[in-house]
Amino acid sequence: MGLTAQSTWLGALKNEIAFEKFGTDSIIVALVGNPNTGKSTVFNSLTGLKQHTGNWPGKTVTCAEGFYEHKGEEISLVDLPGTYSLLPNSVEEEVARDFICFAKPQCCVVVTDATCLERNLNLVLQVLEITDRAVVCVNLIDEAKRKKIHIDLKKLSHILGVPVVGTNAREQEGLDRLKDEINNISLGKIKASPLKVKYDETIERAIKVIEESLYPLLKGELDSRWAALRLIEEDKRIIDMVNNADNLLSKELLKAALKEAKGILETRYACIDEIRDAIATAIVLKAEEISRATVRFENTHYNELDRKIDDILTSKLFGIPIMLALLGFVFWLTISGANYLSEILAESFFYVEDFLTDLFLYFGVPEWIYGAVVLGVYRTVAWVVSVMLPPMAIFFPLFTLLEDLGYLPRVAFNLDNFFKKAHTHGKQALTMCMGFGCNAAGVVSCRIIDSPRERLIATITNNFVPCNGRFPTLIALSTIFIAGSFGAFQTVIATIAVMVAIVFAVLITLMVSKILSQTILKGLPSTFTLELPPYRKPQFGRILVRSLLDRTIFVLARAALVAAPAGLIIWLMTNTYIDNISILGWCAKFFEPFGRIMGLDGYILLAFFLGLPANEIVIPIIIMSYTASNSLMELETLASLRQLLLANGWTWVTAVCTMIFSLNHFPCGTTLLTIYKETQSIKWTVASFLIPTVTGILLCIVFRLLVSLLGI
Amino acid sequence: MEREVVSLYKLPIGKSGRVKMLTANGNIRRRLMDLGLVENTVVEALRKSPSGDPTAYQFRGTVIALRSEEASNIFVHVC
Repeated sequence: MGLTAQSTWLGALKNEIAFEKFGTDSIIVALVGNPNTGKSTVFNSLTGLKQHTGNWPGKTVTCAEGFYEHKGEEISLVDLPGTYSLLPNSVEEEVARDFICFAKPQCCVVVTDATCLERNLNLVLQVLEITDRAVVCVNLIDEAKRKKIHIDLKKLSHILGVPVVGTNAREQEGLDRLKDEINNISLGKIKASPLKVKYDETIERAIKVIEESLYPLLKGELDSRWAALRLIEEDKRIIDMVNNADNLLSKELLKAALKEAKGILETRYACIDEIRDAIATAIVLKAEEISRATVRFENTHYNELDRKIDDILTSKLFGIPIMLALLGFVFWLTISGANYLSEILAESFFYVEDFLTDLFLYFGVPEWIYGAVVLGVYRTVAWVVSVMLPPMAIFFPLFTLLEDLGYLPRVAFNLDNFFKKAHTHGKQALTMCMGFGCNAAGVVSCRIIDSPRERLIATITNNFVPCNGRFPTLIALSTIFIAGSFGAFQTVIATIAVMVAIVFAVLITLMVSKILSQTILKGLPSTFTLELPPYRKPQFGRILVRSLLDRTIFVLARAALVAAPAGLIIWLMTNTYIDNISILGWCAKFFEPFGRIMGLDGYILLAFFLGLPANEIVIPIIIMSYTASNSLMELETLASLRQLLLANGWTWVTAVCTMIFSLNHFPCGTTLLTIYKETQSIKWTVASFLIPTVTGILLCIVFRLLVSLLGI
Repeated sequence: MEREVVSLYKLPIGKSGRVKMLTANGNIRRRLMDLGLVENTVVEALRKSPSGDPTAYQFRGTVIALRSEEASNIFVHVC
């Protein structure tokens, strides 16, 4: 069911928020809060719905939705984007505000962080201006206790005039009380009389004048004091809304009132900015006052430990080396660990294949069906799973661990200057890190960047960092052609080679970002504010389950889904002959001249195109084409792969060119689809396809020319 | 006694300042105020990023990193 505005004058409402109700008469409850307050944890704990929560600011940008039942009431819980304020500066803030204003949730739960309540109260006060139906949830109460911060919840509730519940959502503490209070407010059992911030006398007089003529116009659809304040601030959306109102008589009265109010305000304020400042300041000061009355810091150096950790992790001397070492360690662990797991998986998959073969033989299934199903579909899926699952099962938990610790915003902090020079946002560093796992996941994570221009740049360039699907290619080729002669140190050399490839990928990303921001996405970097949240104790068990379930299985299922039809198509292409040459062979012939210019050959280039569904099948397709074995296969050892590639004319130049093109070519199908979903634009999706491809083609050509010029 | 006024960007690391005014306009101004940077807010310069910019500041119980562009538009009395 889509929720739309009921009356015509609400037509100004642009962001329609579609959501489903649990039952026809379920209660709608909205969850709002600053980024990083554990809002998503509260959401998960209440609904039991598995949804990822991160420790970086602004993680949940879409409205997730969940359901639960409490004491016979069915509740639909909508998790709104994390925002610092409801004065709409960004899409997220607009979405959150519109939902509270126009979707009319029966209750609005404001989640706050007990360890920095003061700043969170800012949002609480703004919510209370819009709605009387609110519950304040003071989360992370255990962290506050640990830091010896005492909060007088009773007094807070008394001052705010709404129920206040202390929770520790990660341990399910306080949630029953929270649910009780949500029911009480939603069902009207408690009539809350929330605190309204008082502004200075001039503004209050102006509010009064406007409110009088605004009240009949709003017909109770909006809080008239709040709407009056927005009109004083000249909030464009609210003005539009009023202009669309159908009650003309009241409109004339309102116009006169607005004029009068303007006169009042001009006695004190020279411009609109001064009025806005006064309003914002009044809220901040009120929050400070309340915080002073209710929060007591027993230990004024409560964040000493965080500072000490930051002294090391973001220091001039160690900051970047530690970061590189940490990421290097994550990659090394992923690469070496994945090797073992991949082998075990591949073995069991081949065991199953033998069993399938026997089964097909037993039932006398025609050979072509056997070929298409087992050698085509099954083998491709098995390959994708055995190559992709292990690195993801290691990488994602490790990455989530860093995320949970609160380390990732520090990465953005350490690297922001480079991104600033490329005219982009420091948080792009985080979306790139995510891209190492999966570019589609990386593109989704670009939502944490709150300015549209920088978000678009991060989205388009995400594919320049190699995902897990491309790592095997990079690792195999660098092991064979670069580290091959180093014997015992092979893994180390291969890791270094891969690290070099990563640094190269990062540099390319920065360069392309800069070019984009100076050409088609011209503009100055918008405001940069990056919160460095307190470090938190990660929860190992939860991390494992969450990253395995949410990320690994999700990405894997999607990959397997595209791999299956791709396997079928590839099998058909290799097994359908025209003039004694398979369709695959014909296509490779067509690509041959283009491949040669780029230091590749027709088969390699074709493999990249056929690998569109999933990057991990590129190498298998190359192998399959060379051996003409008509179905995907994996060579037993790297040594035999080396033999095969050498026999087909590969040199180290071919290997490097293949690696370059692997790093710089069109995103996989899933990523492209995700880009389209996120940008809602065919233009930007096409750009995301073309930009890396053209970059890759140029780099390959230049590299090949350089090599032949230098005569290496 | 009138104290020295500098932009937040020039505030030495480890020092604190009391916000005197913001010279930023529009959205940037709103964003900074939303974060609590209003007149008289005490801000401490914590550390610079290893790459030189941004700088982390602590105010109102949170640590926020600001780039030099934003920080140069905030003026503080040195405490």
